[in-house]
Amino acid sequence: MINLWRSLRFLVVSVALLGLIYPLIVTGIGQLLFPYQANGSMVKLNGRVVGSILIAQAVTNPGLFHPRPSAVSYSANGSGGSNLGPTTPALIREVKNNIQAVEQQNPGTPVSSIPPDMVESSGSGLDPDISIQNAMIQVPRISKATGLSRRDLITLINQDKRGRFLGIWGEPMVNVMQLNLGIEKLLGR
Amino acid sequence: MTCSGTIGILAVVALILALAIPLGGYIYRVFTGQKSFLEPVYAPIERVIYKLVGINPSTDMDWKGYVKVWLLVQFVMAIFVYLIFTLQGRLPLNPDGIKGMSWDLAFNTAASFITNTNWQSYAGEQSMSYLGQMVAITYLQFTSAAAGVVAVIAFIRGIVANKGKTLGNFWVDYIKVHTRILLPLAFIFAVAFVGLGLPETLQGAQIVHTLQGGTQTISRGPVASLEAIKQLGTNGGGYFNANSAHPYEDPRAITTVLEILAMALIPAALIATFGKFIGDRKQAVVLYVFLTGLLLLGAFTIYASETSGNPILQHVLGISGQNMEGKEVRFGESLSSIFTAVTTAFTTGAVNNMHDSLTPLGGMVPIVFMMFNSVFGGIGVGLLNILMFLIIAVFLSGLMVGRTPEIFGKKIEAREIKLATAAMLVHPFVILVPTAIAIVTRAGTSSILNPGLHGFSEVLYAFTSGAANNGSAFAGLNGNTVFYNVAIGLVMLFGRYVSIVAMFAMAGSLVSKSVMPKTVGTLKTNTYSFGAVFLAVVIIVGALTFFPAVAVGPIGEQLQMLAGQVTQ
Repeated sequence: MINLWRSLRFLVVSVALLGLIYPLIVTGIGQLLFPYQANGSMVKLNGRVVGSILIAQAVTNPGLFHPRPSAVSYSANGSGGSNLGPTTPALIREVKNNIQAVEQQNPGTPVSSIPPDMVESSGSGLDPDISIQNAMIQVPRISKATGLSRRDLITLINQDKRGRFLGIWGEPMVNVMQLNLGIEKLLGR
Repeated sequence: MTCSGTIGILAVVALILALAIPLGGYIYRVFTGQKSFLEPVYAPIERVIYKLVGINPSTDMDWKGYVKVWLLVQFVMAIFVYLIFTLQGRLPLNPDGIKGMSWDLAFNTAASFITNTNWQSYAGEQSMSYLGQMVAITYLQFTSAAAGVVAVIAFIRGIVANKGKTLGNFWVDYIKVHTRILLPLAFIFAVAFVGLGLPETLQGAQIVHTLQGGTQTISRGPVASLEAIKQLGTNGGGYFNANSAHPYEDPRAITTVLEILAMALIPAALIATFGKFIGDRKQAVVLYVFLTGLLLLGAFTIYASETSGNPILQHVLGISGQNMEGKEVRFGESLSSIFTAVTTAFTTGAVNNMHDSLTPLGGMVPIVFMMFNSVFGGIGVGLLNILMFLIIAVFLSGLMVGRTPEIFGKKIEAREIKLATAAMLVHPFVILVPTAIAIVTRAGTSSILNPGLHGFSEVLYAFTSGAANNGSAFAGLNGNTVFYNVAIGLVMLFGRYVSIVAMFAMAGSLVSKSVMPKTVGTLKTNTYSFGAVFLAVVIIVGALTFFPAVAVGPIGEQLQMLAGQVTQ
């Protein structure tokens, strides 16, 4: 009985310490030192919050870079992957549809040049990055739709490109939101 | 496979060992009552907690006393979080207006987090209020990890004691794990995580107007503080549905490296702690060599399989190259592979890629690691399983050479072997029996997403994950049904408590034995040849019990994929 009483007292003390004090102190420090990150790395355009640099959003406009396919339609309040296995017919259908979309939007792209990240769904459905090859394939389309020169767009990709961390961790890639904000800037919007 | 990717994997593993070994020495000093350089901070806080809880830190407990309080305090916590889950809709700190859970989901979630499993039949951003994330999820991610640590420390005390009676004071051990190990580490990781991009806010979801004029609701919350202990305590239960694949849980290559490091740190450190306790450094070295070897073997198997991609997509559609379905660009194949290997070796259950979409061979490694349940293993319990396998290995070796088996100076007799066998057999039992039941019932098969052999793997993965207290999933399986919530809930409880209580009982019988001096006839357990026997026992027990199931699932599907056949 004495131990039940102690357990209840421990519950109160430990919930206060681990479940309230600890996260609230981290929240306080985070908000103080890193307010941008702590609130979700939100980015603004002309003073309006247009999204998070870390979260992919639906882009179908031919004049902007498109993110990777999302199994959850880019719903940032319901993340997830397709969970389709490698021998499942639905996976083949999904990838086939994605290839058709890429070919339709970027005419003249040979299938063999399409990188897997461009037609296979991401794990979170919100992957904010694309491979360099993925971005390059989109350049002619964006150039045509916006009137920006291909060279300007390639310069943009090269500016925003990020390599492997310390040369060993991760993959070379580029952030879609950053690219699109760059396009908006070039267009003076 | 690329050169940089290979070096990346090796560098992560080297980093784990480089930091875990010194930490192991520190953990040893904590549990032998030595003073830390932060003693002026820790000691007063602990004294206040002792007073508030009403305990006398100078009394010691025998195994029955220890295990009774160990169970009781967890039972009280489980009831508390069950109430939070069902009532959260009416409680504060709920800016997104999330509703209470159904009874079966609340039971499953409480069982999942109290057992350090973190299987999630719910999607965090849709079914858990900020209050629930803090006082239930983050909370149990500390306490369930601490419960694992004290269990193995009590067991080790049973091994090293010479004709002793007691295993230590549960309350003192339990409180010190929090104040001296988990909280300081979690705090450091959490602040670093915020700086690297993880949100930490009490504001509700942000509604944004996207670049092309649509709207997007972006869920956020106190993510970083949860993420730190989620990884450090080998918990794995994510803030969001996509877990560490979600950019808010894991926004960069370096954060994923830190998350891998965090989940491996304490279980790997405990091997060194054990070596210190028994005064045998070489024993720890032998274990490190074999366990690290297994870990690397698994990681590179996944890496090779994932980088060679899916031949069906290549033949049918002409898409060649690595398998990116369910993966994130910022991690690439190498950090996804090592994360998958570590999260199942150390039975954490966090995922930075969707395991259901791995190639069959890549998906087999996590299943097999969870079946072994001792490739380092979860926090505390992993070492406990390793010790159980060591005892069985010593017993088998003793049978082969015809002498009474002993380990670390303690005679292994009928009672110990019975308890070790019980602890060992419960694992395959609670995996294979429920899998068989699920496969032949409509309630079991109707939740399957992927048809054919892969669907069988989904069910096998679910129960293996529950039994190993891992928590990762082949997430295509819809686990939020009454059948799976209750079945996996029970599997998690049996998988954790039967074996740990059996090990406590063994500690109770070991503690009273005298330590026998080493003679020339003593079987040395700190040699590489004994390490090989240990490895053989782990693999034979694993392979023989589970091979048929693995053959039907991932091995069968791999052959099917190589033959280029889509499931009909």
